[in-house]
Amino acid sequence: MTDTRDHLLSILVRDEPRVLTRITALFGRRGYNIRSLSVGSTEHPGVSRMTIVVSGDRGVVEQAIRQLEKLHDVVKIIDHSLEKYVDRELVLVKVAITPESRVEVRQIAEDFRSRIVDVGRHALTFEVTGDEGKITAFIEQMRPFGILETMRTGRIALTRGSNADIPAHVYHEGETQALQPTLEVQPREERARHVPNLF
Amino acid sequence: MADNGKQHAPHRGDMTGAKALWATLANHGISTVFGYPGGAIMPVYDALTFYPEVRHVLTRHEQGAAHAAEGWAKATGEIGVCMATSGPGATNLVTGLADAMLDSVPLLAITGNVASHLMGTDAFQEADITGITLPITKHNYVVRDVEELPLIVAEAIRIARSGRPGPVLVDIPKDIQLAAFHGEIPAPHARPEAPAPSPESIERALDLLRGAKKPVIMAGGGSLDASAEITALARAWDIPVITTLMGLGAFPSSDPLWLGMPGMHGSVAANRAISEADVLLGIGLRFDDRVTGRVSGFAPNAAIIHVELDAAEIGKIIRTHVPVRGDARQAAQLLAEGAQPTPRPEWKAQIEKWKSRTVTPETYGAGYAVKAVVDRLRPDDILSSDVGQHQMLAAQLARFEKPRRWINSGGLGTMGFGLPAAIGAGMAEPGVRSVVIAGDGGFQMTAQELATLKMYDVRNVKICIINNSFLGMVRQWQELFHEKRYSEVWLGDSNPDFIKLADAYDVPGYRATTAEELPAAIDAWLSDPKSALLEVVVPHEHGVFPMVPAGAALYEMIETEPVRSPDLSAQMQDAAEEASEA
Repeated sequence: MTDTRDHLLSILVRDEPRVLTRITALFGRRGYNIRSLSVGSTEHPGVSRMTIVVSGDRGVVEQAIRQLEKLHDVVKIIDHSLEKYVDRELVLVKVAITPESRVEVRQIAEDFRSRIVDVGRHALTFEVTGDEGKITAFIEQMRPFGILETMRTGRIALTRGSNADIPAHVYHEGETQALQPTLEVQPREERARHVPNLF
Repeated sequence: MADNGKQHAPHRGDMTGAKALWATLANHGISTVFGYPGGAIMPVYDALTFYPEVRHVLTRHEQGAAHAAEGWAKATGEIGVCMATSGPGATNLVTGLADAMLDSVPLLAITGNVASHLMGTDAFQEADITGITLPITKHNYVVRDVEELPLIVAEAIRIARSGRPGPVLVDIPKDIQLAAFHGEIPAPHARPEAPAPSPESIERALDLLRGAKKPVIMAGGGSLDASAEITALARAWDIPVITTLMGLGAFPSSDPLWLGMPGMHGSVAANRAISEADVLLGIGLRFDDRVTGRVSGFAPNAAIIHVELDAAEIGKIIRTHVPVRGDARQAAQLLAEGAQPTPRPEWKAQIEKWKSRTVTPETYGAGYAVKAVVDRLRPDDILSSDVGQHQMLAAQLARFEKPRRWINSGGLGTMGFGLPAAIGAGMAEPGVRSVVIAGDGGFQMTAQELATLKMYDVRNVKICIINNSFLGMVRQWQELFHEKRYSEVWLGDSNPDFIKLADAYDVPGYRATTAEELPAAIDAWLSDPKSALLEVVVPHEHGVFPMVPAGAALYEMIETEPVRSPDLSAQMQDAAEEASEA
């Protein structure tokens, strides 16, 4: 139960006022930690999609999902940890340059298939898209030259394959996960006896 | 227009947003609204004069309106409606909304707000009530377009009543109340069917029950409407039943299988049975910390079956072996159909032994007084309580043969809840006696609602104040856990003369100060044709036992009152005298 790691959730919500507050307030009140959050529109008018990275053990994430499912604004929750998914993040990185470092910085950026989006006298701004590992690697490569500013969008994700291939439980459709037995019933004699026999 | 005239209320003159609101409420069968007017909801109150089919009850504080609506809802199972103006009116509803949220009470709160163009400018009496109530409502709305107003209200009522019920707030800016409305008044949504439990989960639960040697059923507030099915289930399997504070009445107290209430002030039988059980079947409950005690010590030997509508409650506190998500009524019925009663003579003998250890208050005090009152109740009487020692004593000592006769603030523990809730319940069922037991502390938090009793000439509300001159429950904790440092819990010197206070509102008052006076006072109070108040002056020191100290397991229960130093009241009076001399 102490296996704390990041879980990626996509939450489809009605595009109504306060919906972001509702979701984040739920996480805040119940003490679930949001590591990253990004919101955008979807192919359906009136429906927005949030990608939230929550850190916590499986129990925390399941509880968060069930609490989210109760919100009137929430249309659907996709738990990416239950299927294969693709995820991306966009980052803008402004790197300090000198006449000596300029070429090297551009070369590294090229290796990462990064684009230059702004050129200044003393700095270059790069756009990098990729999964978390690639972005982290890029930032680490640039760090020795002097990073002036960065802005990351937060992760976004989609399940792999066509939606028809994806089991309903990933989409939180049909039987909710609550129906799965959470514990095996031990044979009675093996159960620990904690109650002092006072009688 | 619909031909029966019920589907669409006739347009009475120019239809405004305010009139559309009342038409929608009337269309939904809302007969009573508890509220308090103010600047930002004046158009709604003006439109009210055109809708005599809806009764508005003017309370003396918006908190009273919210609790009265809760009392209405808890007694009837139908939605309660309360109403307030913007800013301070709206914030005064907040306690009631939080209370309704924790106790799953279907409630619709309507608030006025400043005009749309003023919202967000810190205008006079503006408060962001949808922001404020976001964590304590099931959902809330600001109406932005008058044409959407009736649809939003209809949707709000649907949300409040469906699934696990709860409070929903609709905030209506003043210009929307005044705007011309051209649409149709919507018919009520059909109440959605509660999801049926899956056959697999029922089968797993039946498997466990069949093998159980020491089974116990625990029924909570979510099981009240499944009372008949749970009673049949328990009798078919011959399994003892524990009812939580919120579930009192879900199983008849007169049945030999009933073990009482579990938890912090639960019965010996209930807490011991939970601690010893090998299978615990929980129905419609959320394993509140006042019920479980220390979670690691809760039902340590039991496999847990949890029947619950709200999936988020399954596994939230207590790890569940067999989750059964769905309607309590259907689940109980299916579990009863699979009944295979097995004789469990040892378990039954053990239970009988525990049941014999019921604590009966024998000396005159709060418990004695509460018992004297509740023993005089009829099965139809509605019993409400405020919050504190008297609440736990009433829960321990009262006997309920059917559901929705016990009304109290379980989850939030709201002092001041009792009187307005009893008024709401009394108005919902005018033919039934609505008795409320309060303490001297909590009563004074909403005592102004005596005016509501007077104004509407409510005749069936019977108020009993157990006056021990203390915030008794806090005092009990200070006694047990703070080495008797009685910090700010003495009310004795400043309490009003409750009889005179009642008299000021034309409410007849009765008083008893000894065990000898008590029976006659109760008789006079209950037989008074009007609503009446009974003050029972009791010794200061009595506590509520059994008690499971906070952080302890149920099996670490203190069963009887510890011996105390006898000079408590003398100490407090000495201190008070010193203070007044200084």
